[in-house]
Amino acid sequence: MPKTLPKDSVGLVAPRRLRFDQPLTLASGRVLERYELVYETYGELNAERSNAVLICHALSGDHHAAGYHEGQDKPGWWDHYIGPGKPIDTRRFFVVSLNNLGGCAGSTGPTSINPATGKPWGGAFPMLRVRDWVASQARLADALGIERFAAVIGGSLGGMQAMRWTIDFPQRLRHCIAIASALRLSAQNLAFNEIARRAITSDPGFHSGDYHERDTLPRDGLALARMIGHVTYLSNDLMGEKFGRELRAGSFDIGQESAIEFQVQSYLRYQGERFSGRFDANTYILMTRALDYFDLARDFGDDPVRAFSGALCRFLIVSFSTDWRFPPERSREIVDALIAARQAVSYAEIASNQGHDAFLLPNPRYEAIFASYMQRIHRELQEGSSP
Amino acid sequence: MKLPPELVQQWIRPQETVLDLGCGDGTLLRQLIDEKGVLGYGLEIDPTAINACVTAGVNVIEQDLDGGLSNFADGSFDTVVMTQTLQAVHYPHLVIDEMLRIGKMCILVFPNFGHWRCRMHLGIRGRMPVSKFLPYQWYDTPNIHFCTIADFESLCREKQISILNRRFLTAHGRANVMTRAWPNLCSLTAIYRITR
Repeated sequence: MPKTLPKDSVGLVAPRRLRFDQPLTLASGRVLERYELVYETYGELNAERSNAVLICHALSGDHHAAGYHEGQDKPGWWDHYIGPGKPIDTRRFFVVSLNNLGGCAGSTGPTSINPATGKPWGGAFPMLRVRDWVASQARLADALGIERFAAVIGGSLGGMQAMRWTIDFPQRLRHCIAIASALRLSAQNLAFNEIARRAITSDPGFHSGDYHERDTLPRDGLALARMIGHVTYLSNDLMGEKFGRELRAGSFDIGQESAIEFQVQSYLRYQGERFSGRFDANTYILMTRALDYFDLARDFGDDPVRAFSGALCRFLIVSFSTDWRFPPERSREIVDALIAARQAVSYAEIASNQGHDAFLLPNPRYEAIFASYMQRIHRELQEGSSP
Repeated sequence: MKLPPELVQQWIRPQETVLDLGCGDGTLLRQLIDEKGVLGYGLEIDPTAINACVTAGVNVIEQDLDGGLSNFADGSFDTVVMTQTLQAVHYPHLVIDEMLRIGKMCILVFPNFGHWRCRMHLGIRGRMPVSKFLPYQWYDTPNIHFCTIADFESLCREKQISILNRRFLTAHGRANVMTRAWPNLCSLTAIYRITR
């Protein structure tokens, strides 16, 4: 933790835990008899309970979106965008951020104990889909006394959850903000996810997901999966700018035989190792599968216009120019469907050299449009105007 | 020039759908939402203008008109509006075709390069016109396709576009004896309501 917390930080925060005893029937048909969700909140819920904002995390995110945990140097994953005076202004909004079901940061997931066996769930944890997360988030909202969110907000996989909300609980959100997201994965996205999963499952330490029981960890496989993922989060430009062809070890000189190592190699290895030390391999598989399953229009005859036609909220869609994981074209598909469905939508395509990761990083134009939109929501709440 | 809002409003029916190409800060759409209850969307590429639209609560889509409008279905809007933007696109005739395809009705507002001041600039001084309405030099202007009222009418004839209404305005946004008698010489702004 820094010695003095920045003024625009939500400050010191601590996660909370809620236990749900009402069984949750999942899209897979399986039933979770009971589960726990870990979450954080920032800001104050107003008397009308109208200023709550739900943050949905992406593949490797968790409930710690902003502020600092005791003894930690790094703030939450979206700290740049959540805090007093930041786009999601905690002086105005009550922010709820949870670790999704199946996660590995405290909510019930593959590392939790399966009550039926008394052992960790491991590979036996049920597969989840985006709609299962949304259902569990709605129950969290019930428990917190939030009837309707001022906004449900998410980037990437989080954006998919935000869009799913508009279909499953249209009455329960005023605004949907989907950033760097897509209506469904492309074949290329599916391919990258499969490579990542194969990296994990082919690690000798994986044991069909029951590695905890065997006291091993598929660390190399998970690290490799993260390295692959990481490449897809960055743009070619940014990688060139950050690392180029800089050598970290070895030399190109004639007469030298020692192996060369590029900076980008050691960076990726570091990212992979760091990730495999904190993240659970089964959760990674579960999250990528949820991504694969997601197809907003599937239940609507593959017509996204129909999918959105029941929505009762307004939309903000944002994409980034060098994002090749969920490129601007994917966001434009969302926008076109929303317009055809006669939904209120605004769309910005932010120039950035930071690839998919841009949704997490500082960018003046992104901040400005995000802040303007959130201010608009705040004004609507004050004026009591619809939706 | 600030367009008198009633000039466009008179042709918009309550609750209809409106697409505004090059919507700027969303002023026109905001007025149409407030006065007519339209469902409106604006297309814009200027980041500052996009932000202004978001602040004003106007639906704004970041989209470059020069990249085409194929994402909008035939007849998907009651009215497509384009004000003071025709002269800034790469292929005005194609944008007009697209407007007529998407909109059941189209409203175009553009500066008339046939105005006597423009003619004087070019005819007497031999210089490209620069005015407070069009304050750019020839090399830095975003306005790359100027036309006159006569040019536009000839394009409409060529393309068999039906002109439903015309309005010709002075620098003060008014019509007068002069603009009625000699529109191409005396009006600074032309407003057309067209359809196929």
